[in-house]
Amino acid sequence: MSYIPAEELRKEAQELVNNIDFSALKPKDRLAIPMQEMPAQEPAVRAKNIQEVAIGYFEEQVKLEAERCLQCKNAPCIKGCPVAIDIPGFIKAAAEGDYQKSVNIIKKNSMLPAICGRVCPQETQCMAECTVGKSLKDMDKSVAIGRIERFVADWEREQGKMSLPEIAPATGKKVAVIGSGPAGLTAAADVRKAGHEVVLFEAFHKLGGVMIYGIPEFRLPKVILDKEIDNLLSMGVTIKKNFLVGRTRKLSDLLEKDGFDAVFVGTGAGLPNFMNIEGEGLVGVSSANEFLTRANLMKAYTPDKADTPIFTGKKTAVVGGGNVAMDAARMALRVGAEEVYVIYRRTEKEMPARREEIAHAKEEGITFLFLTNPKRILGDKDGKVTGIECLKYELGEPDDSGRRKPVEIKGSEFVLEMDSVIMALGNSSNPLISQTTPEINVNKWGNILANDDQKTSMERVYAGGDIVLGAATVILAMGEGRKAAESINNLLAE
Amino acid sequence: MSKVLKKTQLSRDVFQLVLEAPEIARERRAGQFVILQADSDYSERIPLTIADADETAGSITVIFQVVGKSTLKLAQLNAGDVVENVLGPLGMPTHIEKVGTVVCVGGGIGVAPMHPIAQAMKKAGNKVIIIMGARTKELLILEDEMRAIADEFIVCTDDGSYGRKDLVTAPLKEICEKGGVDLAVAIGPAIMMKFCAETTRPFGVKTFASLNTIMVDGTGMCGGCRVTVGGKTKFVCVDGPEFDAHEVDFDNMMLRQRSYKPQEQDANHRCRLQEAVEQLQEQK
Repeated sequence: MSYIPAEELRKEAQELVNNIDFSALKPKDRLAIPMQEMPAQEPAVRAKNIQEVAIGYFEEQVKLEAERCLQCKNAPCIKGCPVAIDIPGFIKAAAEGDYQKSVNIIKKNSMLPAICGRVCPQETQCMAECTVGKSLKDMDKSVAIGRIERFVADWEREQGKMSLPEIAPATGKKVAVIGSGPAGLTAAADVRKAGHEVVLFEAFHKLGGVMIYGIPEFRLPKVILDKEIDNLLSMGVTIKKNFLVGRTRKLSDLLEKDGFDAVFVGTGAGLPNFMNIEGEGLVGVSSANEFLTRANLMKAYTPDKADTPIFTGKKTAVVGGGNVAMDAARMALRVGAEEVYVIYRRTEKEMPARREEIAHAKEEGITFLFLTNPKRILGDKDGKVTGIECLKYELGEPDDSGRRKPVEIKGSEFVLEMDSVIMALGNSSNPLISQTTPEINVNKWGNILANDDQKTSMERVYAGGDIVLGAATVILAMGEGRKAAESINNLLAE
Repeated sequence: MSKVLKKTQLSRDVFQLVLEAPEIARERRAGQFVILQADSDYSERIPLTIADADETAGSITVIFQVVGKSTLKLAQLNAGDVVENVLGPLGMPTHIEKVGTVVCVGGGIGVAPMHPIAQAMKKAGNKVIIIMGARTKELLILEDEMRAIADEFIVCTDDGSYGRKDLVTAPLKEICEKGGVDLAVAIGPAIMMKFCAETTRPFGVKTFASLNTIMVDGTGMCGGCRVTVGGKTKFVCVDGPEFDAHEVDFDNMMLRQRSYKPQEQDANHRCRLQEAVEQLQEQK
């Protein structure tokens, strides 16, 4: 992928739209329509601003992309979607230009389409099943389902037409939802729709969970997040911010003393992992969680307004290969780093980050060091980071995850000068609920054990999202929130 | 949102706020803390120990020293104003039990978090010896409150302007030498806690310290508050704030506490801060 200016993409799309007779397209004609690239801000410009990188499709592009869909009868894409959206249905409506109908189809299954259209890893879900990609023998050329989803969701919001789902008559039952991330918000909406009273507890001062503290503004603008959340909560959900269940109130007290009939736990991922190498305690080393929380939740990317400081090095190393590593690396550029390196011990192929994020990071000038891993972090006499000593690696036999295990090459040490290091090595679970609610069973990593209905070992308590899955995705968390809500609604209907 | 019920200036740059927070007042135990944020958009989240609470009145008391822009914002609040966000109680409560004789060492602003712990230790039936210290007389806080709890009470100032002219470690050592101390608790600047730990170590007196590290969310997410305890990474917000003082790597903790000093010590900013503190004093 190399950068193509937005205006060029628009011109190409306009010409194609004018030259294609959409009334009589055969499958082979559809396969011949080129996949529409996402227009984006110019890399050198966007690397220094916080605005959204992807601009969103032009209308002509939506038309073309939607017409690429073969409308397969068996719809393999739906099986790839954790919330089973009627994908051919919403794409057909988009192709016909009926965007309202299109977004209404999505919203039957997903309450947060503008968010999912932006942050879902479609390439490993719906797009991985797409017949178009299979026919073209290139899964990167599958129908860009998420980009169409984003377009119709943005269209609806910009029209000011966001519709509210119907709410069943009041049942007199009361449900507590803990955590306002993707799992909690979805569960809250679905339980509310069934007519139950819902109280949503959030520990922070803002709603959205990982979508507000973790995912940066340049990937998911917070005005869009706030709008989607507002819309969802206008269904009549009570919000309790600055409320940490486990500490401000025990979970068991919610059930036994405060009159809740059921509880959903969606408290998300927890404490960051470190490598436990020499020098991790030096000044200038932080976790990606801390770095991104300062930047996003506390708005430290606006130093003239925000009181929360952020460590702004000139040469920053980010250790890790996931989406969080990409977010941290790209944020580091935006808060003042001149050179940013991503250090990953396997190769690009094994990187868990989305292809699109890796491509964007490269376009912005981030350097990737593959088959490399830190050995220790070096500091000066004041305890400040001055460099990072790394080892070269090679790939050996496949490990438990099926990926080839990286093996260090003895004697391959080399030093890179750095003044800051960000560790993006994943999270372990948040210990608060398990510390304060012994009735809930957890696995050896501290993740809550839930059955297929998302039920925990404690009566009337359900859980979902990262607190169950470990670090996963927004859409998987939404899927679990949805399943849990269904179980809670069934329980309360008895 | 929490209403400020009362504001008191305790010393030159130390302030006390009584806040309306019924849920926190009901659940809090000695040793726990809250996170305050003056307003949601751009203010910093500040961890502060709960110095006192009144469950009936539904209020909590916090005490803080003006050290930067964010604590200054809090100091400028008056009764009737609101703190937009108050989260808590956070952290593990102090383990309170009857052990015999407990020495409580509070230094500077650290006397504030020590107050509820000394109170609870006394209530549990312990003999409580309190040593409190400050650089100079004006910086001593809560003397009467602490004196009221103590079975034995010692005040030190570095400059001898009040009480003994000594560091708190001098009387601590004398008490340990006499023997019969079952537990020591030290709260204050990291350097003080480090030397309290070194003082009690040869006597084998179990010693706890309450750590005040950098923190952002305070709920076990960001990892900013990590410290090394007994060679292992621990998180002050969920594993602490109290740890075995003989196991804490205080040198690294002090290093990391200074992480954001360059940003905070912007000369200009520092100067305005000083002016604002002086203004507050004049108002008083």
